Amino acid sequence: MATKRDYSLLGRDAQAAVANGLSAAEWYHTDVPRKQMKDLMKREDGPAIRDTAIWLGCLVLFGGLGVYFWGSLWCVPFFFAYGVLYGSASDSRWHECGHGTAFKTMWMNDVVYQIACFMIMRNPVTWRWSHTRHHTDTVIVGRDPEIAVMRPPDLARLILNFFGLLDAWHAVIDMVRNAFGVISAAEKTFIPESEQPRAIRIARIWLAIYAATIALAIFMGSILPLMLIGLPRLYGAWHHVMTGLLQHGGLADNVTDHRLNSRTVYMNPVSRFIYWNMNYHVEHHMFPMVPYHALPKLHALIKDDLPAPNPSILHGYREMIPAFLRQLRNEDYFLKREMPPTARPYREEFHGAAMASAAE
Amino acid sequence: MNDWVEVCERDAIDEEDVIRFDHEGRTFAIYRSPDDTFHATDGLCTHEKIHLADGLVMDDIIECPKHNGRFNYKTGDARGAPVCINLRTYPVKVEGGRVYLQVD
Repeated sequence: MATKRDYSLLGRDAQAAVANGLSAAEWYHTDVPRKQMKDLMKREDGPAIRDTAIWLGCLVLFGGLGVYFWGSLWCVPFFFAYGVLYGSASDSRWHECGHGTAFKTMWMNDVVYQIACFMIMRNPVTWRWSHTRHHTDTVIVGRDPEIAVMRPPDLARLILNFFGLLDAWHAVIDMVRNAFGVISAAEKTFIPESEQPRAIRIARIWLAIYAATIALAIFMGSILPLMLIGLPRLYGAWHHVMTGLLQHGGLADNVTDHRLNSRTVYMNPVSRFIYWNMNYHVEHHMFPMVPYHALPKLHALIKDDLPAPNPSILHGYREMIPAFLRQLRNEDYFLKREMPPTARPYREEFHGAAMASAAE
Repeated sequence: MNDWVEVCERDAIDEEDVIRFDHEGRTFAIYRSPDDTFHATDGLCTHEKIHLADGLVMDDIIECPKHNGRFNYKTGDARGAPVCINLRTYPVKVEGGRVYLQVD
């Protein structure tokens, strides 16, 4: 019989996870010799400077061409490209710079982090702490504030988020609430008190920027300013949702082995640029110190200890969507990742209860 | 009591690296800086009790392997989110090619 999950950060499952040791647990790691791990963790500025120059350069170029052709159909492909760079590439830049691993020079991480946070509409203080929790308690029900697909899946919500609709709406509500000085009870569970004033200050700055953009649009009698600031979070969101759902969708919850709850997917070079190699997601969660540009090397080193990657985005969706549909009937169902014979086995004795309903 | 405890041979720690050292139920991180000085702190991150010896040493900074929290390992200062509480540091000396830690 299916058990109803309580995803509230203040709810029953949150308390249970702390009580039964699932929260802040020791997670499985593939053994990697220290010397090799040090090489992989090594920071560089070069790759991220190159990628950031391409990213921001293309934003200016495509945004400029979109403005130039505004009023004709020729603007559509340019705003399509601008939107993906604004509403999707910002997701991976927020993520990687939040870890502080993209650049060797910290101020560069901080600057790109702030720009990306604004574009993806994630308060840089709130989301830094939320993502910290996501890495401590990855897909632990009631503890992880970043579970994209809860069980049973809300398919309407998933589809709407391909256009950023619900995420952006909630982001606006959170921004206005924070700007009025209110930190929610859930936010207080993961943002230290000393950091909360910063979250409020940034929300006020953002609110002022959006107010100025809306005022300019009204003054011009055109939505063009909003096509450049704000709306791309909606019309360009589809790529980060497409790749992001694959990270953990349809896999196990309440386990302490990233091989069970995360998915590595081989992707085309364009998507990997937009996504900054986060398609190597098992590897990223197992070793978050490794910068995005070294993840392919890490993958090559440890792949014999990991489940086989999905060979394409389409392949990932072909296994994930049926799992979502089955979870509508039985929310305990999940896809159990099969391991190669060279891998160290899952700790079945520890994950026995969670495995009971796995796919055979 | 402030005893000096032998940790390891000097060359057991690479330059710009860290090792874990356990002593009487406590765990420490012992560092060798790029300018060849030796330092010691508590072994666990003040944020979520992760062993810092699995982290990355960059100049004067140790970065925690779990959440990328950063400390100056020479002073113990926390360098921003998600670490807010400083690390405790301990005296270290090198004599006769061996590293010693002063514990209290």
